[in-house]
Amino acid sequence: MAAKADNEVKAVTAESQRTTSKSLPDEEILVRLDKVERHYVMGQTVVRALDGVDLDIRRGEYWAIMGRSGSGKSTLLNMLGCLDRPTGGHYYLGGTSVGELDDDEISEIRGQRIGFIFQSFNLIPQLTVLENLEVPLFYQNIDPQVARARAVENATKVGLEERLDHRPLELSGGQQQRVAIARALMNDPLILLADEATGNLDSRTEQEILSLLDDLHSEGKTIIMVTHGQSVADRARRVLHLRDGKVERIVKNHEAAIHEDAPLAR
Amino acid sequence: MIQASTLRTVRLGIKNLMLHPLRSFLTTLGITIGVSAVICMLAVGEGASYEAQQKIRALGSNNILLRSVKPAELETQQQNSMTPQRYGLEYEEVEIVRETMPAVRLVVPVRELNKTLAQGENQANVPVYGTTPDWLHVSGVKLYEGRFIIESDSRYTRNVCVLASHTARELFPFENPIGADVLIAKKSFRVVGIYGPRDGDSSGASGSLNADGAVIPIESAREYFGELEIRTSAGSREFKLVQLQEIKVQIEGEGNVLEDNVVATAASIRQLLGLLHEQSDYVIDVPLEKLQAAKEQAQIWQIFLGVIASMALVVAGIGIMNVMLATVTERTREIGIRRALGAKRSHIISQFLVETVVLSCAGGLLGVGLGIAAPMIVEASSGMKAIFVPSFAVLAFSISAGVGVLFGIYPAWRAAQMDPVEALRHE
Repeated sequence: MAAKADNEVKAVTAESQRTTSKSLPDEEILVRLDKVERHYVMGQTVVRALDGVDLDIRRGEYWAIMGRSGSGKSTLLNMLGCLDRPTGGHYYLGGTSVGELDDDEISEIRGQRIGFIFQSFNLIPQLTVLENLEVPLFYQNIDPQVARARAVENATKVGLEERLDHRPLELSGGQQQRVAIARALMNDPLILLADEATGNLDSRTEQEILSLLDDLHSEGKTIIMVTHGQSVADRARRVLHLRDGKVERIVKNHEAAIHEDAPLAR
Repeated sequence: MIQASTLRTVRLGIKNLMLHPLRSFLTTLGITIGVSAVICMLAVGEGASYEAQQKIRALGSNNILLRSVKPAELETQQQNSMTPQRYGLEYEEVEIVRETMPAVRLVVPVRELNKTLAQGENQANVPVYGTTPDWLHVSGVKLYEGRFIIESDSRYTRNVCVLASHTARELFPFENPIGADVLIAKKSFRVVGIYGPRDGDSSGASGSLNADGAVIPIESAREYFGELEIRTSAGSREFKLVQLQEIKVQIEGEGNVLEDNVVATAASIRQLLGLLHEQSDYVIDVPLEKLQAAKEQAQIWQIFLGVIASMALVVAGIGIMNVMLATVTERTREIGIRRALGAKRSHIISQFLVETVVLSCAGGLLGVGLGIAAPMIVEASSGMKAIFVPSFAVLAFSISAGVGVLFGIYPAWRAAQMDPVEALRHE
């Protein structure tokens, strides 16, 4: 069954490459990795951070990526967030082949389709909460008044409407991460990428942030989260386990291993 | 929309710079000093050029001055020879120039005598000019009191003279000289008027020349003092026979026409005198040509001073670049964040470039303020003339803004080239 599904996806991929090099017809599949490789050359050694990863992620799914240090989790997340490019294979995001885009086009994709939530929050310290929230829309040339209204709306959504004029260092870790989540939502992204989003938080705040992500998922957001914590990964619908840059297994939570869950396991 | 985003980038740039106010201030200080130095140097250059040009203008830019000079071959002759050395301009040449040169308005012969003027016990050794009434119009002077010499004074070889203001004060410290008599080489002349520098300032460029002396009718000079001059010095005697020391030629026209006329007439006079004189016993001074040369020289001088002062701006620019490179390194993570949030390389470039330009423009504005004050300080403290011209401020400010752009490009480009992943990992 898995082999059949594998053939079907390959057929879809081949068809799409014939029609256009940048678009895929399948609207349902938001992320498609096709034998993606990310190799680094360090002196005489080739480091295979990602080594032939195949993956499909549908709209509205909630994924966790797990693995040991050096397994390729962050590299995969950077790839998915268009911060990095594959050295081999193809990455399609919303039907667009990312590897073929130039730097400006990739920047646009990041600005329009992706929301990042980082472990260390990555807020700009000299800007207020409100200004931090406005940053993504600034690069989209959105009218400042519209940007401000949306910033206030998102800050309210994460419960920080009282802290708009505060600078990041005047907020607690949990509040900073809420700002980061609100900022990630500013461009209404196709996909939310969280890299150890709760790694720097105490367990109570962690639960608050995870609840917030659960809410966003229930609203239809696609979320991909890198984590070390099993309890965190348990929130996701699917868990991708990486080992040495390869997909070790994909687990559908509370169900059997993903090799039964075609066509995702390609 | 573009303007709004540009304004926001500028606001953000200022905000970032204000995070380190001392560093920003010290960085702008270099530009401030550079800009004020450029303005000050240019002002000093302008002042020097103005003074030189004033001196030349005093000669009259619409004049051509012909002067008698002792030819080089006569310099080697036996000094004690009783045969007078005859050279220089002659009376008949005045008429020839007047009649043959179409653009000539006035031709004024000048016989210059070195005589002692005396009144009672007061004496003055000043030049005495035997000339015509038109001298008043070609010599940068004006009549202060009484009258100038007139045509009939010359015709009837009257013993009348017009004293220069300073000489009049020397000879008549307590009384009105008009109507009084003075002795010129022991011959009595009646004072009929007083003249002086046109601008009234006897200490200026042309003032000292025109505030001392006396003018008598040319025919009187010829009649009473002749053309033979005997100069005695250290046991030797020199006999000179020079009819006219100078012929002043005033040219007609205004603006470019005048300039063309001056150049053309000067060329014709050169040709004419070349034919009339066998020896090189005259020089032709064209103040307009000197003025043009002085202007060109002043321009070169100003460029030179400006370039020297601009070096300070270049050094300041290197300082700015250094600080901006440090800033880029400091803000590597911020660059990574911005790139992750959709900033293109061009956004990063413009952000850092704006900061550099804001720094250099702020320094430039301070420098302009200082540069406006500096010429006044220089003038007050050293006595050197310094003239501030608004275009100097515009030029210096533009250079400072240019320096900001030029030296900001590399740090901004380096910021934009950062790999977002590496930038986000930066601690």
